[in-house]
Amino acid sequence: MSAGPGKLPVIVTAKVKLNDLVTRFEFAHADGKPLPPFSGGAHTVVEMRDGDVTRLNPYSLMSDPVDPTHYAISVRRDAAGRGGSMFLHDKVQVGDRLVLGTPVNLFALDLTARKHLMIAGGIGVTPFVAQIKQLQTTGGAFELHYSARSQALASYADDLRAAHPKRVKLYLDDQSQQIPLERLLSGQPPGTHVYVCGPRGMIDWVLATAERLGWPPEAVHSEEFLAPQSGKPFDVELAQSGKTITVGEHESLLEAMEREGVDAPYLCRGGACGQCETGVIAHDGTFQHHDHWLEDDERDGSKIMPCVSRFEGTRLVLDR
Amino acid sequence: MTIQFNDETFRDDYTFRNSEWAIKRFPFPFHEDSYMYSVNMERHRGGPDGSVYAKRFDVDEHYIAEMRDRALVLADDPLRCQSLPHMTLAGWDLLELIMVSKSEDYPDLFELHRDGTTWRWVNKPLGIDDTFTFMDEASLPYGPMEYITRQTQGDFAVLDQRENNLWMDAGMVTTQADWSLDFDIGMNFFEWHAPVPLAHEMGVFKRALKFLLNVQQDSPARRLNWTMTVNPLLDTSPENYHKWGIQKTTLTPENVGRKQHLRVELQTFYRLPRSNALVFPIRCYLIALEDLVTVPKWGRRLHRVIRDLPAELATYKGFIDNRPIILDYLSRFDDGLPTSPGIWPDIHSEPPLQT
Amino acid sequence: MSRFHFPPSIHSRPVYGTLAPRAGAAQIMLADAEGAEAILSVAQADPELMRRAHVIYIPKGTGDRFTDPLRAAAPDILHIAPSYGACTQRLHRVFSAAPMGAQIYLAGTEGLIGQAMALALQIGIPKSAIQTEHRGSVARRVQCVHCKGITEDVMTDPFQCGHCGLNLFVRDHYSRRLAAFQGVCIDAEDPGNVPAPVELYS
Repeated sequence: MSAGPGKLPVIVTAKVKLNDLVTRFEFAHADGKPLPPFSGGAHTVVEMRDGDVTRLNPYSLMSDPVDPTHYAISVRRDAAGRGGSMFLHDKVQVGDRLVLGTPVNLFALDLTARKHLMIAGGIGVTPFVAQIKQLQTTGGAFELHYSARSQALASYADDLRAAHPKRVKLYLDDQSQQIPLERLLSGQPPGTHVYVCGPRGMIDWVLATAERLGWPPEAVHSEEFLAPQSGKPFDVELAQSGKTITVGEHESLLEAMEREGVDAPYLCRGGACGQCETGVIAHDGTFQHHDHWLEDDERDGSKIMPCVSRFEGTRLVLDR
Repeated sequence: MTIQFNDETFRDDYTFRNSEWAIKRFPFPFHEDSYMYSVNMERHRGGPDGSVYAKRFDVDEHYIAEMRDRALVLADDPLRCQSLPHMTLAGWDLLELIMVSKSEDYPDLFELHRDGTTWRWVNKPLGIDDTFTFMDEASLPYGPMEYITRQTQGDFAVLDQRENNLWMDAGMVTTQADWSLDFDIGMNFFEWHAPVPLAHEMGVFKRALKFLLNVQQDSPARRLNWTMTVNPLLDTSPENYHKWGIQKTTLTPENVGRKQHLRVELQTFYRLPRSNALVFPIRCYLIALEDLVTVPKWGRRLHRVIRDLPAELATYKGFIDNRPIILDYLSRFDDGLPTSPGIWPDIHSEPPLQT
Repeated sequence: MSRFHFPPSIHSRPVYGTLAPRAGAAQIMLADAEGAEAILSVAQADPELMRRAHVIYIPKGTGDRFTDPLRAAAPDILHIAPSYGACTQRLHRVFSAAPMGAQIYLAGTEGLIGQAMALALQIGIPKSAIQTEHRGSVARRVQCVHCKGITEDVMTDPFQCGHCGLNLFVRDHYSRRLAAFQGVCIDAEDPGNVPAPVELYS
């Protein structure tokens, strides 16, 4: 059984700089074949070979889900990150070959909803771009409330507003505009679902406001991809594989296992899906849990999510 | 390979028969001499040539007769096929999956010609040649799920994925082992499995759900399930139980080999890409005990499994009253020799029945 | 005492809780017969919330026993209906106008709770916005799996289907969409051999 989703060989067909931070990449199948359809909100894991280092970063697909000729992602330059976005921005060019994971959706529309209320912050708009295209094909009421730092950094705002003038509202920080969340979440008709994608603070704000106003949890959806954080190197004993490996400063535990050829499952690589959950057999030290998956009573040293979490101490033995 | 389709019935005079070919490729469900529930899921990535696993949607000699039987069931009770309003997109997904798979796997029987959204579908065994617009319901005589599943063997449960659960929100169910789509539609994974004894306590459904929620586009899964049916009756529905239940009492030591059938479901699971739903095809294969025991290994093993099955399971599967007659018959084909591991017939390596 | 403790059962069988006041954009309460007691205890716990509530009550043979106390709890709107059928259209209108964040409280018999829940879900109100509390009769609403007819207030097992006349045993398998338990022919394999009916839970 393979560890992650299947692979799609692609060629970069376009690289479009949208503004100082964000660049769009478009891909076609390397063999000229149609790319598989997907559902709005799906992501793909982009495999990047940067010298000796292989990075696997998830990005939301933002092309039309029914268009088999190309996929598109938008990548925000993250100078403080571990280099995946910098690699794409600086090194990947039109004509390059890359490998993508087949689409996986962990932020799907709830198709039972009577109305979809979307709240986006910055680059968090990308899954909604694909979801709106899906709803255009199948019919479905939606509103997008999109907040960005400035007009220049509001990627895709012009396109979205031109296509859906009554359904898309833009709020700009530099003009002191704020999403009127309290009002938006009051008086929505029954069957409305709210979706939020953006920075952690925005997600927390929406979740807390919705809860306070009596919104049931099943009608509130959020997506945040965590980037793995750097940290001190640490050693790990892998009991099933019979290996001891060292996790480097700028790589995740999951990446270190993959580098050593250990078959480790994954889907989101962002601490959300639960797929890579790994049992801890023994430890002497402290965990740095960064995931959204484990329950509090599992963070005591019984489990770890190797895609985002780390360890500091003298000994760690995992059931992998 | 060209398939010779049988002209046969699954009701009234029950002329259903398995050819030698169909017997040898029967999906025998027991990999050892005993049976208990397990999350026996594996990847669905083909299988030995000619086996029921080889193609994504197996077509066999019963195809035309099964489709005729399905049409009769639907005429009598249209509620056997239902789709809640949000499941139309998943219906198109399913239509695409089946048309693409069948035209690639059986090019001599099925053809799909796509020109943008204008699709032409040719089904030679059923004499169908339709041109329609993909994603336009008005261009087909039925909804997309009903259209394609009237042309595909097996039942279909189409499951919406939300709230970390699966919801049975659409289906075509006419060859079921005694469950009602009309009653169960809209239920979540634990609710529609609620009547199954023992398995909940064993945690089987929790583990199975976790597995299924993570089935992805390119990695379908499969498992086998089984029960027993008197007469080769495909439509063992609760709706008609007051009509067919009495047939269970017609079993005698003289007719058990001919009348008693092992009923095996090949269950597969595919992620549907456009809707993010999951489709759960449940393909039913029937075999008379007298045909099954022509494979010595299967005769030995089935006797042991049925003999040792907990009473709760024999009751749930509906053959507790007939178990003594079935065991009397099967014991004649169990000489006590050991059996080889795995489900395959192993005709050439397993010894013939010792008498 | 109007409360009954149902024995543990299978996963599809509804489990009822205890109504508790919950903040929300609107407060909609529906009860029949002794279900009024559950509404009254919410009113007692949070009189302020009760003053914003829209209450629909079906006395179902309890006369004035609960209508006066309900009136005294001073809900924003109190509607007394002679039967569930008589108030279905009103309920549809009220649920459809309920904004997201509205809280729904259902109390009383399984038949009432089930039907109102099915209606609310059909309109799009999420399941966890709906609280339920069983009170009063343990009679069940049962669908005959054979003819699809629904028989209300079934008190015995087995019972005779009011539509097709088959003798049915009552399963715990429950459909939220139909708001009914499943009834299956009891003598299909031995026609005429029908055990004497016994009272449910006896």
